[in-house]
Amino acid sequence: MRIEEITGLLEAEILTVNHDKDMDIRSACGADLMSDVMAFSKENAMMITGLVNPQVIRTAEMMDIRVVVFVRGKKPQPTMIDMAEERGIAVLSTELPMFAACGKLYQQGMHGRGDS
Amino acid sequence: MEPGVIIREYTIPANDFVVAGEASSSVRKLLNQMGVAPAVVKRTSIAMYEAEINAVIHGHGGRAHVEIDSEKIVIRISDDGPGIPNVELAMQEGWSTAPDSVREMGFGAGMGLPNIKRHADAFHLDTEQGRGTTVNIIVHFR
Ligand SMILES: Nc1ncnc2c1ncn2[C@@H]1O[C@H](COP(=O)(O)OP(=O)(O)OP(=O)(O)O)[C@@H](O)[C@H]1O
Ligand SMILES: [Mg+2]
Repeated sequence: MRIEEITGLLEAEILTVNHDKDMDIRSACGADLMSDVMAFSKENAMMITGLVNPQVIRTAEMMDIRVVVFVRGKKPQPTMIDMAEERGIAVLSTELPMFAACGKLYQQGMHGRGDS
Repeated sequence: MEPGVIIREYTIPANDFVVAGEASSSVRKLLNQMGVAPAVVKRTSIAMYEAEINAVIHGHGGRAHVEIDSEKIVIRISDDGPGIPNVELAMQEGWSTAPDSVREMGFGAGMGLPNIKRHADAFHLDTEQGRGTTVNIIVHFR
């Protein structure tokens, strides 16, 4: 799924400018606990989370996650957006809660690799 | 010093959740620039970042010493914090003494140390109560 499709599906706002618009995202994980992402997420390219702090971007970086979606309308601070842009990570924000955001993606064929 | 060995030192500040991970991030960048295989970079990143975060949240901050040659990366993360009273317990998945403030930041599931062991080719923990903790990690490039 391309970022444009994800943004449309989740009615999300995209907060970064320099990510790769053509990347094809096929798997995702949903978590508020970065410990779990570090320990259980395997090859996921996208993370859906309700947690907002700089370590979310760091965790994404370490796990090769290319897209971070913040749910429930949460908006990261500008420093976090800078961090994401430096790393080529796309940051999205949706008003949807975690369950609905994950459900919509799952329905469209997005799956999880790993246990989270 | 052997020729062709890259040495890096980093300071890991205590309880700073903005800077935490900066050392791991720098090492990751370096490995990518050197053309190390992505799967190896990821294993190294996971192991080092978990150890760095532990030094930040449990060890009152510390330092990282990294040596890279053509075959491997050797990482030593040390702190002068409280040490780990029971290493066997600390190595168990799910065992954590992290306070609520750390949980609110998204950490403290008790998964870090076992995760380091899983991703490193060699892992060694030196700790003394009241003195501090040193985590040694080796990852081979092939
Ligand atoms: N550098 C350290 N100094 C003192 N205690 C430590 C250190 N590293 C780990 N510990 C102790 O070992 C426990 C287990 O560490 P581990 O990294 O596995 O889990 P955690 O840090 O609590 O949670 P997670 O890593 O999942 O976010 C910690 O809760 C802490 O009590
Ligand atoms: Mg830990």
